[in-house]
Amino acid sequence: MSETQLLDLEQELGLENPVMPYLRQDRIPHIWCPGCGIGTTVNCFTRALTESGRDLDSIAVVSGIGCTGRVAGYLNLDSFHTTHGRAIPFATGLKLANPDLKVVVYSGDGDLSAIGGNHLVHAARRNMDLMVVCVNNFTYGMTGGQVAPTTPLGPTQTTMPFGNFEQPFNLPFLADACGAVYVARWTVFHVRQLAKAMKEGLQKKGFVFIEALSPCPTLYSRRNRLGDGVDQLKYFKERSTIKNGADTKDVGLTYQGDIIVGKFVDRDRSTWLEAMNEHFSKVLGDRFTPYGGSRGQD
Amino acid sequence: MHADPKGVLTGIHFIDGDHAACEGALAAGCRFVAGYPITPSTEVVERFASRIPQVGGVFIQLEDELASSIAIQGAAWGGKKVMSVTSGPGLSLMMEHIGYAAITETPSVWVDVQRGGPSTGLPTLPAQQDMMQAKWGSHGDYEIIALSPSSPQECFDLMITAFNLAETYRCPVFFMMDEVVGHMTERVAIPSADQIEIVPRKWATKPPGKFQLYATTDDDLVPEMVKAGDGYRVHVTGLTHDERGYPAMNPQAQDRLVRRLREKIRRNADRLVDVRMDGVDGADVVVLSYGITSRIAAAAVEAARTRGVNVGHARLIICWPFPASAVQEVAKTAKALVFPELNLGQMVLEAERAVAGKIPVIGVPHAGGTVHDPQTILDKILEVAR
Repeated sequence: MSETQLLDLEQELGLENPVMPYLRQDRIPHIWCPGCGIGTTVNCFTRALTESGRDLDSIAVVSGIGCTGRVAGYLNLDSFHTTHGRAIPFATGLKLANPDLKVVVYSGDGDLSAIGGNHLVHAARRNMDLMVVCVNNFTYGMTGGQVAPTTPLGPTQTTMPFGNFEQPFNLPFLADACGAVYVARWTVFHVRQLAKAMKEGLQKKGFVFIEALSPCPTLYSRRNRLGDGVDQLKYFKERSTIKNGADTKDVGLTYQGDIIVGKFVDRDRSTWLEAMNEHFSKVLGDRFTPYGGSRGQD
Repeated sequence: MHADPKGVLTGIHFIDGDHAACEGALAAGCRFVAGYPITPSTEVVERFASRIPQVGGVFIQLEDELASSIAIQGAAWGGKKVMSVTSGPGLSLMMEHIGYAAITETPSVWVDVQRGGPSTGLPTLPAQQDMMQAKWGSHGDYEIIALSPSSPQECFDLMITAFNLAETYRCPVFFMMDEVVGHMTERVAIPSADQIEIVPRKWATKPPGKFQLYATTDDDLVPEMVKAGDGYRVHVTGLTHDERGYPAMNPQAQDRLVRRLREKIRRNADRLVDVRMDGVDGADVVVLSYGITSRIAAAAVEAARTRGVNVGHARLIICWPFPASAVQEVAKTAKALVFPELNLGQMVLEAERAVAGKIPVIGVPHAGGTVHDPQTILDKILEVAR
């Protein structure tokens, strides 16, 4: 059944996909391949939006470049599709200019941890009040399957034609070490847990990092004879173990090996803006004009 | 509208160009700066960092120029007037985001306190070598505006113009200082807030649902703007986009968008001419200059006049768009143009294009590191006047 036929059928039966109100329907169909997990994460995100109870006008989504970078363009929110790797600093400016916004960075592993890696570590260090959703499909999808900082040792990529020999990042460990206040990893098989993590992320103040493991059937799976999207979901299902509170240094990933998922970090410390306001109030007293949202006048 | 008094440090000051530029930005309403330290521009952000807590706004020193040049654009879409500040090597790093500001039409001011290049070059010494980079540095076709102050007072005054132009045309506006202008200390008079005219952002006049992010009319090629959080649910992208702001990957959309980005400036080129003329009418030789070099050129012009040469001086305040019409007017009567610059010949190429061979255009190149010796310019004036 084609997508159009499916939509017609839904209409006939008086059903509407609960995701639809959150999407820019005039931009559908999307560009993602059959079996790709990015759409699943978007589905989880819309559920999180509903359950968070937030006014949708107060949420902005910022993406970088790549397959996941296209998420911003499909969500019916204030959304910004920025340059490669720079979603986090753009979001930093947006958040600081308008602190009443909840700013969500939604991008891929290559965008966030390779070209944007410097911004990731510093935003976590500053505890910038941003929620980062990192869809990790272990490869560069948009450009045709090149090696990423997240590619496990072993699989073939177009720029690692004889198999990858570079040690990958353990992203939750990186985010944790840099000071993120909330760190979780789920796969697109774990849709309820992922949606819950996103909801918690929307409610959490400070730097939130959620890694969502996703198949890339067209490039990563096919090139390495791992089957299609469903086969990768089966892998996620069979080899994942939930370990909330796991030490992030123990959650590194190997090629088609065991996956530890869960909420690893949930702690509190002052956000950058809170720290700025607290510090300037203390040292400048009446000379300081408090800044931002309900706490400031601007 | 008038300036917000909170940002205006009314009075007579004895400050350098970097500090004056910062005061100009505050007076113009700039309330968000992201930057990364680089000589000889750092004093601009240092002053902003110490002043902004009392004015109300944010300064953040980010991890690099890539971050600061895009963070300011996030802040602009959050509703703030914004600026970033750098010098040559940092400007090179910012180039991708100049293009992003151009295509997304994000009002933004980019301060470049120029030093000698290429690469790390001469961090503490002056040059005017980034003039072409400011115009052409990012990939693709787009237009920018660039101003060139020659004194701390102009750093203040023209910075207000720069912010007003950024709001009027919604394009990157460059503030092309140099090490000498940035570090020279002079008297700077800052007027009261009610004496400073400010161009507010061109906010949307239609409600959500009826508003298109990049809709323009034949008469006005500059779209209205919104900020995130106002209920418009906009989509902003660096991809080629249509009037809704949605990606449109086809040659028709590309042609429409890129031509408009160019035409919104070019069609207003006459309004963007700011050339300060001194004794140009009927002059045999006219010296063109901008920025710090105009002060050396003025000395050379005076010296030439005492020797009986009929020489005029045309000082470019707005360098981009290049004031071709003003230069062509001068070329109708002058026998030659002399154009000293602290580079090996950049803006002189534009002057050559403007006069199209009607009269000679003689460059006075200098590789940078110090300003010209006035004698070098004088010699050239005397040579062409002969």
